[in-house]
Amino acid sequence: MAAVSLRDIEKVYPNGFKAVRGVNLEIHDSEFMVLVGPSGSAKSTLLRMVAGLERATSGELHIGARRVNDLPPKQRGIAMVFQNYALYPHMTVYGNLAFGLKLSGLPKPEVDQRVRQAAELLEMSHLLERHPRQLSGGQAQRVAVGRAIVKKPEVFLFDEPLSNLDAKLRASMRVRLTELHHSLRERGQSATVIYVTHDQVEAMTMGERICVLKDGEIQQVDVPRVLYERPANAFVAGFIGSPEMNLLQAEVEQRGDAVGLKLKALWLPLPAELAAALDGHSDAGEVLFGLRPEHIATVSRSDRGTVAIGARVQLLEHMGNEVFIRADVQGTPLTARVPAEQVGDIGQCRRGEACTLHLNLRAAHLFARSDGRRLC
Amino acid sequence: MSAHATALTDHAQRSRALIRYTVLLAVAVLMLYPLLWLVGASFKSNSEIFSEVGFWPERFSPTAYVKGWKTSTEYTFATYFLNSFAITIPRIAVTVVSCVLVAYAFARFEFWGRKLLFGIMVATMMLPLIVLRLPQYLMFRELGWLDTYLPLIVPSAFATDTFFVFMLVQFLRGIPRDMEEAALIDGCNAWQLLLYIIVPLLKPAIISVVVFQFIWTMNDFMGPLIYLASVEKYPVSLALKMSIGATEEVEWANVIAISVVALVPSVAVFFMAQRHFIEGTASSGIKG
Repeated sequence: MAAVSLRDIEKVYPNGFKAVRGVNLEIHDSEFMVLVGPSGSAKSTLLRMVAGLERATSGELHIGARRVNDLPPKQRGIAMVFQNYALYPHMTVYGNLAFGLKLSGLPKPEVDQRVRQAAELLEMSHLLERHPRQLSGGQAQRVAVGRAIVKKPEVFLFDEPLSNLDAKLRASMRVRLTELHHSLRERGQSATVIYVTHDQVEAMTMGERICVLKDGEIQQVDVPRVLYERPANAFVAGFIGSPEMNLLQAEVEQRGDAVGLKLKALWLPLPAELAAALDGHSDAGEVLFGLRPEHIATVSRSDRGTVAIGARVQLLEHMGNEVFIRADVQGTPLTARVPAEQVGDIGQCRRGEACTLHLNLRAAHLFARSDGRRLC
Repeated sequence: MSAHATALTDHAQRSRALIRYTVLLAVAVLMLYPLLWLVGASFKSNSEIFSEVGFWPERFSPTAYVKGWKTSTEYTFATYFLNSFAITIPRIAVTVVSCVLVAYAFARFEFWGRKLLFGIMVATMMLPLIVLRLPQYLMFRELGWLDTYLPLIVPSAFATDTFFVFMLVQFLRGIPRDMEEAALIDGCNAWQLLLYIIVPLLKPAIISVVVFQFIWTMNDFMGPLIYLASVEKYPVSLALKMSIGATEEVEWANVIAISVVALVPSVAVFFMAQRHFIEGTASSGIKG
């Protein structure tokens, strides 16, 4: 049973650079937690601190009931999978898997049994006698995972394990890793996972909970759905989701009874519930107006809260089942994501041609422009 | 492309290859000729050596080898070869151990004064060895090590062959740390890390160290000349010189024959290790 808890973790490098700023994170036992963020967000540094490869400058780090700040990696009950696999090139796959077990003084028959069991689980029994240089990228990846599994650790640490694979293999490994986590849990083997990635698709598909990081600070920790539907700030809103959420600078302006958003020459009336939620905030004058591409349609749905605006088509990206429309609204770029069957005439549009887009303002997100915090 | 054109380019390519190999062969012969001459001359008589230009002897007779092997002293060259190995092999062993340890420390550990110490170490490479001879001689005399092999071996146990340390450090810096981190997580301590991970990865570099140290120590003349007094302890290099230095007329064929034999170990070691030289960096297990 191993929950991982990080309390007020900070990391300051000798040159004075503060890489991690007061991170507090509770990872539950058997949870699949994804740390995601752009490069430089200190997600890998955090992982390496949990692993014991780097020291936290201050703060408390617990794995299970133990404080592990001062423990070497081998006493932390962890196993790690590296981005470039880091297999030992002079050992066979079997040797790679058995190395840690042999070091820990496990009797030979048990080492053998564990290695073969892990190899079977990962369908790589036929690879055991090979050397790492004789493996393909996907196979090497599996061996790296196998090396973690044989140790039966309390916590698995993954450091961007899929980023060296091609897109197709990455998608299938994503599924495999998720399945592996489930099957370990079903067997009753404690399998807390901390998974670092910069790829928000990996984060959304694999994570039971996701921790979004930026510049060494946690932005939001929640389940994927909440992260997507109620991002805590403009950064999370822009980072999670593909294509990105449209984030436009706007001013809140009252016209008559209605509260609306002034976007350059446009004025968009806000639905009553959004306007009401805005009321509570004193600094709700200048805002960032966020709208996911799927909430911009090409056909009118005559809903309450839907507003039609004129735009010019810049680029169409046909994905097959849907089309991404990159449009321009008075000099501001706007992306819409519409099902292929609803594209209609716009699908044949040339660059610069006019079209009408319907914004579903009830799905809008509003963030404070000063600090990006969510207003409603 | 038509068949005619293909044949033309084929022809052009072949003639270019012909020119290339001719040039290479010419240079190779030029470089190797002294060696060929040496082997040829080992079968010649004194007069033939100085009168004939070509390297092909009139007749092959192993007498020079037999006579040369016996030497004018009471010992045969077997003794001198054994002496050479008695210096070379322990020296290689202590060199490898000490240089790997020091290089590991420089390449992988943060310690106070590391950069300064590394700078000093590299600077000692620039020192001409000759300026160290006198103080070293005095020191070893105080220790009572004159006329023993210790002055030839012991200094290497302290990683004084800085060139090797430098080479190993550079090689180590080129090895990604991930494997070591993986090994740390697998439960290695610093010594196990060195033994199980670093040394196997360093193998090509270590083989280079062994080969260079072997050749340099076998060929070393100055060291043994200064520290060794008794003939029974002479290594091959000194014994060769001794066979020339005698007062009576020199039997050049004997000297040359033994020179040829003296070359054999170095050449053999080099060719044995050649494969590993080349294998070197290609076997790294890291991708991406």
